[in-house]
Amino acid sequence: MALTGLQIYKLLPKTNCKECGVPTCLAFAMKLATKSAELSACPYVTEEAKNELEAASAPPVRLVSIGADGRKIEVGNETVLYRHDKTFYHQPGLVVRVKDTQSADEIKAVADAVCGYCVERVGLSLNVDGVAIENASGDTSAFAKAIEVVGSNANVALVLMSSVPATLDTVMPMVADRRPLLYAADAGNWQAMAEVARKYKSPLAVKVDCGDLSALATLTEDITKAGVTDLMLDPGTRSMVDSLQAMTKIRRLALRKNFRPLGFPMISFPGEGASSPLEEVAAASQHIAKYGGVIVLDHFDPTLIYPLLTLRQNIYTDPQKPIQVKPDVYPIHEPDANSPLLITTNFSLTYFTVAGEVEASGVPAWLLIADSEGLSVLTAWAAGKFDAEKIKKAVQTSGILDKIAHKRLIIPGYVAGMSGEIEEELPGWEIRVGPREAVDLSSYLKSLRS
Amino acid sequence: MPVTVETPTEKWAGKVREITLGATAAEGGTRTSTVTVGGEGTMPFLHFEGETPHRPVVAIEIYDIAPQDWSPILMDYWGDVVNDVVAWAKKAVELGADAIALTLRGAHPEVNDRSPEDSARVVKDVLAAVGVPLIVYGPGAPDKDNEVLVAVAEATAGERLALGLCEQNNYRTIAAACMGSGHIAVARAPIDVNIQKQLNILISDMGLPLDRILMDPTTGALGYGLEYTYSVMERLRLAALQGDAMTQQPMICTAGHEAWRAKESKVGEGVPEAWGDWKERGIAWETVTATSLIEAGADILVMRHPEAVAIVKKTIDQLVAK
Ligand code: SF4
Repeated sequence: MALTGLQIYKLLPKTNCKECGVPTCLAFAMKLATKSAELSACPYVTEEAKNELEAASAPPVRLVSIGADGRKIEVGNETVLYRHDKTFYHQPGLVVRVKDTQSADEIKAVADAVCGYCVERVGLSLNVDGVAIENASGDTSAFAKAIEVVGSNANVALVLMSSVPATLDTVMPMVADRRPLLYAADAGNWQAMAEVARKYKSPLAVKVDCGDLSALATLTEDITKAGVTDLMLDPGTRSMVDSLQAMTKIRRLALRKNFRPLGFPMISFPGEGASSPLEEVAAASQHIAKYGGVIVLDHFDPTLIYPLLTLRQNIYTDPQKPIQVKPDVYPIHEPDANSPLLITTNFSLTYFTVAGEVEASGVPAWLLIADSEGLSVLTAWAAGKFDAEKIKKAVQTSGILDKIAHKRLIIPGYVAGMSGEIEEELPGWEIRVGPREAVDLSSYLKSLRS
Repeated sequence: MPVTVETPTEKWAGKVREITLGATAAEGGTRTSTVTVGGEGTMPFLHFEGETPHRPVVAIEIYDIAPQDWSPILMDYWGDVVNDVVAWAKKAVELGADAIALTLRGAHPEVNDRSPEDSARVVKDVLAAVGVPLIVYGPGAPDKDNEVLVAVAEATAGERLALGLCEQNNYRTIAAACMGSGHIAVARAPIDVNIQKQLNILISDMGLPLDRILMDPTTGALGYGLEYTYSVMERLRLAALQGDAMTQQPMICTAGHEAWRAKESKVGEGVPEAWGDWKERGIAWETVTATSLIEAGADILVMRHPEAVAIVKKTIDQLVAK
């Protein structure tokens, strides 16, 4: 929680020496409170005061990063419980677990698949972030081998799962430069675990049983005191309802009460409470919406990953700014003066869906994007942001008139009712009603040609 | 040093209204089972904070004629029953439907232009064939919706059906029909808290009691605006809990309709390999759409693929478990 000017003043030397550039310590404190000065400008502030001030200005959920260059997971720094209150900032990392009891070929197949997976959506490429390697065998050399198989190949973030600190200490030199997440410290091993994390400067997960948040907070306090501050929390809950409640409590305590011991991102295992891959997807989708930081999946299947990546993109879209594209004329497949002209709105999803279908049709066409303030066709129409007048304006001011030699405009099927009005606004134009759904555009455009 | 963590509970002034769909013989209808939704006094499934007295339910959507624009994945699954609405309804109940959502698509002027009387007869046939409550949607052409739903409402008076859709510019006729015959109105607003609230007020001002109005916040499918629906639902639920009486209606979401018109579910060829297997993808698309909306506060999910329904019902089992 931010400190007031007076609270900060109490921590300053109170000598009014002016070296910070302002006349008094109090004035300097006021500037610090409004973030218009840096603490480093005062040469006399004590180490203790510095720590206290830094702690007070730290974000309520610590930003933790896993991995090095290449794929890096950065989670935390969230400020709201509901995305509509502002936005969620750091999307959870999705990682896939392998076990060192699997064959090298199996492990390699998963690592390759995770590493190579990429899908385009709304102009962005979506990826899976990493691989978790579990020391299920209990054998250090098997673990090292699995890490080698994954590590040699993959430019992905790593999670190393073992409850034995010595095992992690042995394998860490192989991959320490990649800053893997170590999973996990618990009540029994935390001192030695913290030592390993400190030695290699790695982030460390902290785990308790069955949602015991008091035990979790006690552990993180001890571990932070031992000098490890990049922590992730596993409250140990595995069923959907227990996870939902524990993860909500943790995030609420961090944000509403500024409760430092639980002010860390979370790690979860949706597959452990599920009895089928699709159930795992249902649980994982809960973790995406409700406060997951690193989500460890037990299956890699494009069919199941793609919906989760899409959901993650949806939930982490900033609700204050609808994604928009620039209102403009977009040529597809080098259209000429006689190519069809389609109009739609500048909501980016609308644009990408329509443009994608026109591209897939292979038919050269002009796509005219009207300024609907980022709303989709139906919503814009209902809000008066995509009416006959706006359409007229788009046609007349976009420059399309210099590019085509015909006066035929294809409008989205959902606004068929407007065609009369548009004809009135644009005398001499023929208004054609296209399909309601973009998915039907391809056959529609092909039928225009024949 | 042991740290003690206190449970961060929020106190709420209001809760969601309870609504019962369907009426048994004793209540003036013919249903053998009814469904009660709503009553939540917490954000979804936070049992440490407040009650969730009724579980969310799943209605399976069927058409009165064989659908022409459904994904082949759905058509393959259902097979021949799509040609016989009664058989289809029975099959849906066997597969776990808590209610049937019957869309009278055949009444659409551009489809079969079935008459209001004949459409009402179809509804009666389905009522005779199954014991669960019914949600009945018009064909999706405003004037015909009104004619058809008025005829349905009269022919089924006392059954406590849910009838939809009441929208901002077309709600009076359907709401009035619900009023006279004891049915429930489904009020749909275009992903907008204020319009939703306004519509609820308009309908209740006509005299329809608030325990007979369901809210449909308009569903965006996964990848197609889901996040808008998700946030509007969270905002409506928060407003309800804060005591705003006009946002306390249980919510109904057409997850199946929306998820299955997404390209991901509808199209199997010429799509990126990274999309994976078509059939499973469609089911996953509907599942993730539905479960995300449940997390945001949905009370009734209208769905299409029984395999997605099965997973969603298991998810609900997990979420309501204390
Ligand atoms: S430099 Fe430090 S001690 Fe000197 S006036 Fe500024 S705040 Fe006070």
